[in-house]
Amino acid sequence: MSLLAIKNLTVEYPSRKSTFTAVRDVTLSVERGEILGLVGESGAGKSTIGTAVMGLLDAPGRVAGGEILIDGQDARSIANLRGARVSMIFQDPLTSLNPLYTVAQQLTETIRTHRRMTRAEAHDEAVSLLDQVGIADAETRITQYPHQFSGGMRQRVVIALALCSQPDLIIADEPTTALDVSVQAQILDLIRDLAVSRGVGVILVTHDMGVIAQTADRVAVMYHGALVEEGKTAQIIHDPQHPYTQSLLAAVPRGERKLDRFPSLTYQPDGAPAPQEMTLTDDWLRSKGKDENQGTGPLVQVRGLGMRFLTRNAILPKNRSYIDAVKDLNFDINRGEVLGLVGESGSGKSTVARMIAGIHAPDTGSITFDGQDMAKIASSHERQALRRQIQMIFQDPYSSLNPRMRVRDIVAEPIHHNRLSETASETSRIVGDLLEVVGLGAAAGAKFPHEFSGGQRQRISIARALATRPRFLICDEPTSALDVSIQAQILNLLKDLRDALDLTILFISHDLPVVRQMCDRVAVMRNGQLCELAETEALFEAPRDPYTRELISLMPSL
Amino acid sequence: MNPERSPNLIMRLLDSDAGYKFRSSPVTVVAGLVFVLMIGAALLAPVIAPFDPFDKGSIDLMNSLLPPAWNSGGDPAFLLGTDNQGRDLFSTILYGTRTSVFVGAVSVSLAVVAGLFLGLLAGYFGGLVDAIIMRIVDIQMTFPAIMVALLIDGVTRSFLSRDQHDELAVFVIILAMALSIWPQVARTVRASAMVEKSREYVMAAQVIGRGPWLIMARHILPNVMGPVLVIATINLGVAILGEATLSFLGLGIPAGEPSLGTLIRIGNDFIFSGERWMLIYPGLTLALLVLSVNLLGDWLRDVLDPKSR
Repeated sequence: MSLLAIKNLTVEYPSRKSTFTAVRDVTLSVERGEILGLVGESGAGKSTIGTAVMGLLDAPGRVAGGEILIDGQDARSIANLRGARVSMIFQDPLTSLNPLYTVAQQLTETIRTHRRMTRAEAHDEAVSLLDQVGIADAETRITQYPHQFSGGMRQRVVIALALCSQPDLIIADEPTTALDVSVQAQILDLIRDLAVSRGVGVILVTHDMGVIAQTADRVAVMYHGALVEEGKTAQIIHDPQHPYTQSLLAAVPRGERKLDRFPSLTYQPDGAPAPQEMTLTDDWLRSKGKDENQGTGPLVQVRGLGMRFLTRNAILPKNRSYIDAVKDLNFDINRGEVLGLVGESGSGKSTVARMIAGIHAPDTGSITFDGQDMAKIASSHERQALRRQIQMIFQDPYSSLNPRMRVRDIVAEPIHHNRLSETASETSRIVGDLLEVVGLGAAAGAKFPHEFSGGQRQRISIARALATRPRFLICDEPTSALDVSIQAQILNLLKDLRDALDLTILFISHDLPVVRQMCDRVAVMRNGQLCELAETEALFEAPRDPYTRELISLMPSL
Repeated sequence: MNPERSPNLIMRLLDSDAGYKFRSSPVTVVAGLVFVLMIGAALLAPVIAPFDPFDKGSIDLMNSLLPPAWNSGGDPAFLLGTDNQGRDLFSTILYGTRTSVFVGAVSVSLAVVAGLFLGLLAGYFGGLVDAIIMRIVDIQMTFPAIMVALLIDGVTRSFLSRDQHDELAVFVIILAMALSIWPQVARTVRASAMVEKSREYVMAAQVIGRGPWLIMARHILPNVMGPVLVIATINLGVAILGEATLSFLGLGIPAGEPSLGTLIRIGNDFIFSGERWMLIYPGLTLALLVLSVNLLGDWLRDVLDPKSR
């Protein structure tokens, strides 16, 4: 008998005007000691299955049909199902521990809720659990508070917490999405070990095919609430049958080799038109401003760049303490190239981007754009002329567009500000063309940002950046918030724009396979300093710096 | 504009999310109706009211202290009875509501304008600007509205003649209420502005080269208006109550002019001599008005809260 058997499960969210079916007729099973990978893009219903098994569906969601059996028994009839039989590991380790209690308090409380133990026994058990999840010196660390642990360590504590009640089944909902790659690999190994050594069934919910390929025994692929394909991991990865799985796998950037474009194999079951290829009908975008000098040498030169943040304030300057976000950074960006800037969270890569974009002023060093030192430009007119040539695309498409403005006003704002058009009708024609170029169509201008999906919003963001006719584009993790198939489309669009408009791009990412596909040269940052800067192929094939080597070896691959 | 939507503006409003939340809560619907009815009656007081309480010629002392029309001894001409000066209570309540709503609306508007401006400055610039503005807010918050009113009242009394003072009384109350409300608005706006400032659309505007004033006006202001509207409605109730309190204490609106506060003050003197209607009806009006405003404020908060969507 299977540990968990889900039969014909349907979950509905009735709303005012219609009923949204989040999960449609899904049948799944998990055995003891097995890891089932549940993949799909956002909105596919994969997390909903997890919450339905836990009995934690948010109102007004309800199980409209089918059954969930644990060891053949209806899950809803099992007393203390949560904890005793099924545990959960959440995505964000920063928020899934209570900051006011020590790790010991949280663990022993959970142990004593589920098992008859004295306080001392529970404490010993907690220490041994921490030890098992790979926390060194568990005896002392258990007395600490969650904020004293790093992100990866905290996720280990969360896993220990899930093990407290000796569950049969663990649902891990995107357990490594919030973590850096180097930590991700360790956490996945840990989950793998636990499943084998303890005979626990695991449902690993994720959007990341690389994670699945490394960890899961079997894979179930979800699309729009329905299960489209299920099978052994190797079979799904190497010989997918369903067209959706094929398109999903094709869109995953490969770390092993460089492609010209991502295959635009987009699965459209309902016959919706595929996203159009870019057409540059108008030459407004290609016309140059009169203030651009076509010099030689690198477009951007960064020399001795440094920035520090105040960590402790004091009245006397000598008592203040600072942390170096970026320290003594030197690099060039050549005309027409795509320079990748990679590093883990906290490495200072976004701070560099913001300094070049002019949002933050550097504390030390200089940034030279097209031969002009940006800090030494006196007249505001000249500074604006320079700024116009540098534009930025942001990470989070949900916060980078003003929710109270129409799309056409968002795209028109840089045109107005730089007085790039003479009349209102010319502006609206340019805005229409820009929206056409990024593949949204001029009609999109009348809508508000919330009417668009994440990928479409990122296209609006690109249209806004192009509206000043920039020469240099800074992309700060432009696709990290997007699904892989959308990511492929956006990256293709950026490549096309770069070719058509002769753009120079600074491409910031933590995702090495994406960087390999996009960039001509790559700079690796760690703790605010540059580790290595090399041609992309050279860097990936023969990394010189030990840190780069480590990053590349941890790169998830299919 | 949009062909598939129903053409009628009212139908469209009722069909929107806000309209749906409004329709699906009977309490809100009743509060809305009461509010519209009372505001309408107050605005149309000169048309609806059977008597003009400011017209000394129409007041007859012989008619004083008549009970409501349905009681024995009541006169059908005076629906809710009369007060000690012989004024028709129904008419004075209508005019009184007018004064109260005027004081509430103007003082809240002033407070919102001041609070928005200073709150945006504090939230956007931070640092020293923030420190100075927020310390002023903290100091202001230590003074209760009544004390501020007493202070202003005392100061104005010292250099104005009695007639001038009576004329300006309404504005003393408005100023006092506005001064006691603006710190709340400023705090809310500052907190929201700090959140909005850290969003990437503000950064995008900075990259375009927009200056701080335009960013505040075009990008941050529209996004902090939601909480401000909620604070404003709830404080409309506070301001109306504040006016009533101050008038009841004899500050501000002179006894000769009807406001809900002055009416309650007069009624209070007669509560033990049996003429309870003089206290009950103005009091009930005030309670209903404030309650309906607060309930509408709750609804507005639900509608505008992005988390509840």
